[in-house]
Amino acid sequence: MKKKTHWYDWLWIASGLYLILGFVNILFAWLGLICFITPLLISVIRGNKAYCNKYCGRGQLFSLLGEKLHLSRNKPIPAWIRSKWFRYGFLTFFMIMFFNMLYVTWLVFAGSSSLQETVTLLWTFRLPWQWAYTDGMVTPWAAQFAFGFYSVMLTSTALGILTMAMFKPRSWCVYCPMGTMTQLICKAKNRGEG
Amino acid sequence: MVKKLAKVSQKECVACGCCMKVCPRKAISIPRGVYAVIDPKLCVGCGMCAKTCPADVISMISREAEA
Repeated sequence: MKKKTHWYDWLWIASGLYLILGFVNILFAWLGLICFITPLLISVIRGNKAYCNKYCGRGQLFSLLGEKLHLSRNKPIPAWIRSKWFRYGFLTFFMIMFFNMLYVTWLVFAGSSSLQETVTLLWTFRLPWQWAYTDGMVTPWAAQFAFGFYSVMLTSTALGILTMAMFKPRSWCVYCPMGTMTQLICKAKNRGEG
Repeated sequence: MVKKLAKVSQKECVACGCCMKVCPRKAISIPRGVYAVIDPKLCVGCGMCAKTCPADVISMISREAEA
């Protein structure tokens, strides 16, 4: 059965473009805030996960890679990944690393640390990324945030691609920190409405 | 042939919406962003949702077991 295509079914293009733009000019990384703020606003205001359910371009990208391009083994995910302790644990870890990134940005803002033109993959590997930034384009902390934020986005994409290939295409959705966070917000908001 | 029906483990559902997207009958909704709900009146038991579910928490049960 042919399904109706909506405008938002094309958002995977934006997600793909975002990753490419980070190689061109790191300041585009700031746009990634849309993927953080929109789902939170939707869950807080509307009390649902319409972002995950409809608009998430990254999820669409994984579907495309896994289903259309057959890059997924399509195996069931191990039960521990969908367990509460892993999902909440990963969210906690992700938040700690996110605040660490904000702290590094603050250090550059305060002048106690100089701008690091690197992208850190998997919170460990520092990749030289100086080609995507020319000194003096913006104030150093704004550039530092861009490098840090892009690191977050690239790391989570890498993990998502790995689990897309190993398990079902959208396995990332199972432990996506934004998904877990918005589900928690929805739970809190709809408490007692069973 | 035994008629089937999709059943979501609500406790384990991550509310991602993959099932909702593939359902050919629009039988699935995630009204409160916490878990997916299947409308048994619309579900034809095709199993597309169970196959897609990244968390692997949808099972196909027989209609008789439900009744």
